[in-house]
Amino acid sequence: MPQRNYATYTIAFSAAVCVVCAVFVAGAAVTLRDRQTANAELDRKKNVLRAAGAMGETEVLAAGEVERRFASFQGVAIDLRTGQEDPSFDITGYDMRRAGGDPATSRVAPGNPAQITRVPNHAVVYRQVDAEGRLQLLVLPIQGAGLWSTMYGFLALGPDLKTVRGLTFYQHGETPGLGGEVDNPRWKALWPGREVFDEEGRPAIEVIRGDAGPPEADPHRVDGLAGATITSRGVGAMLQFWLGEYGFGPYLDQLKKEGANGRTA
Amino acid sequence: MAAPRDALIDPLFNNNPIALQVLGICSALAVTTKMETSVVMAVAVVFVIAFSNLFVSTIRSMIPGSVRIIVQLTIIASLVIVVDQFLKAYLFDVSRQLSVFVGLIITNCIVMGRAEAFAMQNPPGISFVDGVGNGLGYGLILLVVGAFRETLGSGTFFGRPVVALASEGGWYTPNGLMVLAPSAFFLIGLLVWALRTWKPSQVEKAEA
Repeated sequence: MPQRNYATYTIAFSAAVCVVCAVFVAGAAVTLRDRQTANAELDRKKNVLRAAGAMGETEVLAAGEVERRFASFQGVAIDLRTGQEDPSFDITGYDMRRAGGDPATSRVAPGNPAQITRVPNHAVVYRQVDAEGRLQLLVLPIQGAGLWSTMYGFLALGPDLKTVRGLTFYQHGETPGLGGEVDNPRWKALWPGREVFDEEGRPAIEVIRGDAGPPEADPHRVDGLAGATITSRGVGAMLQFWLGEYGFGPYLDQLKKEGANGRTA
Repeated sequence: MAAPRDALIDPLFNNNPIALQVLGICSALAVTTKMETSVVMAVAVVFVIAFSNLFVSTIRSMIPGSVRIIVQLTIIASLVIVVDQFLKAYLFDVSRQLSVFVGLIITNCIVMGRAEAFAMQNPPGISFVDGVGNGLGYGLILLVVGAFRETLGSGTFFGRPVVALASEGGWYTPNGLMVLAPSAFFLIGLLVWALRTWKPSQVEKAEA
């Protein structure tokens, strides 16, 4: 077939291959998209449940059971610039990470040990309320730098908005066996009962080297991970950041004020 | 022309893509910390090689020589994207652990090596079988390495505990090296050694 060497044949053939492959790929992407979105959503709910202590660390749940347990939680958009809830903000499919990278939807954070450079304007928190509408649990998304990677997790606070009910990391790239132990259930079990704010309401939680006392005696400190000083410090730094004025500080102050005025959330 | 049986079996031991040809090492280091990820990666690679061989072979007499590599890559890349999308839809947790390494199957030398060296010269049926065989040869090494790394490094097998870990009050302290990439180098090295002791014909001649 001598015509094979002609430029037109080559171009036509390449174009045909591209079209066929593009249709194939696009077809797969479109047919699978709904399932993928559902998976990502389900995964987020599982992480919220784990932080809230409503789902065991290694527990395997069917999608229906996750939905059932998640039913008592309510996602709320917070405008981090003002600390106000923003009911007009559509939280469906909101990606805080992507928003944090886009100058249009984020702002520059001042230098901080958690190495967070930009803060998204909005964050989605999850609230669990009882039958009377009183806040039982507040789950906040957190992220910050460890040794190798950015660690992503959730922090669950009790109704007094300072007692930790749970902490979980669902994505990180820390050294397995050392910093990677941030997702070890036994380490996470040290957190419930600690207090993240001091008497004056300043973020006070820190991860120390060595052992801290039990939560009643030593509420503001948690044992560091052995052999992972930088990862441990990173966890402390990210909590300080997200509880501070560029994170959820203004929102938490707002909630406390509302609680003091007798308004139930 | 190769018999279908040889095309399927040869890449397992006689002409293993990892152990003899030393291709596809990068992903073999990255995904073998656990059996689950090793199995999924092996299946994904079998699928990609088999179908890239099939499609390349089907259109082999029509591909203009000057753009043949890019045509092969287009086909391989499309298959890889479909596999990646499929994993995200049906095996979400595993696909997150495999992260970029599914996408990187595109750059796995075994896939293009088979397309260029075999599928371009052979009819579709035997090319497909050759693809399955080479995928299995790759997968076999992944599974062996994964089995060692997961049991020694984490004390589990397919996520189930198999030894009593020191941290849970047992006797076994996990070998931290096994969860890091260099351990896969050592294991693959030992496998190559074992294979060449068994089949001395695979030993390269010493350079003069």
